Amino acid sequence: MVLLTHEPIDYTALTEQVRRADCGAVVLFLGTVRDLTDGKVTTALDYEAYPGMAEKKMAEIEQDTRSRWPVGEMGMIHRLGHLGVGEVSVAVAVSCPHRVEAFAAGRHAIDRLKELVPIWKKENWADGSTEWVHPQQTSTE
Amino acid sequence: MMLRVRMFARARDLAGTDLADVEIADGATVGELRTALARRYPRLASLLERSALAVNAEFAEAQQTLSATDEIALLPPVSGG
Repeated sequence: MVLLTHEPIDYTALTEQVRRADCGAVVLFLGTVRDLTDGKVTTALDYEAYPGMAEKKMAEIEQDTRSRWPVGEMGMIHRLGHLGVGEVSVAVAVSCPHRVEAFAAGRHAIDRLKELVPIWKKENWADGSTEWVHPQQTSTE
Repeated sequence: MMLRVRMFARARDLAGTDLADVEIADGATVGELRTALARRYPRLASLLERSALAVNAEFAEAQQTLSATDEIALLPPVSGG
């Protein structure tokens, strides 16, 4: 299940959606808006996506992840719009029979999302200036 | 043929539009579109070198040929998450 939304991400509901009797491990990753980047204070982030392609790439990442690990269920949700510090921008939940594969599958999914999915963030700095984030190279931070 | 290129994030700010119209020869390639975009929007040139082009919602290679009905988007380095 993949989703882009302008609404707050209900990660509790997402986690419940991926729980299954045959999966003894559930991993949830949340990306949240951090208050400090390279010593500069962030007050908010604006996220935008290329709709259509973003969902398509997220669905491909789900299929790729499922082909590599014995995933029971998984869900990836990315929020768009104006997010304040501490808000959840992305959630990835994965269930697998065992924890090692659940961690690996979740890590793979969020890493690929950050690398491939056409979504961009704009920093809103404390001094009132704004700046689109376009990394020089792929980041897996 | 006239191609309409969707622009995102800083590319949109630099081009001053979210839909860039570019006149290009019939059967032109993605690589030729890059050249035409850089010529039409000089401020975009540097970011363009680091950006991907998508054709019909898929990453496109430089040698891919374009048609007037393609949905084309310029994708600067992504920063979701």
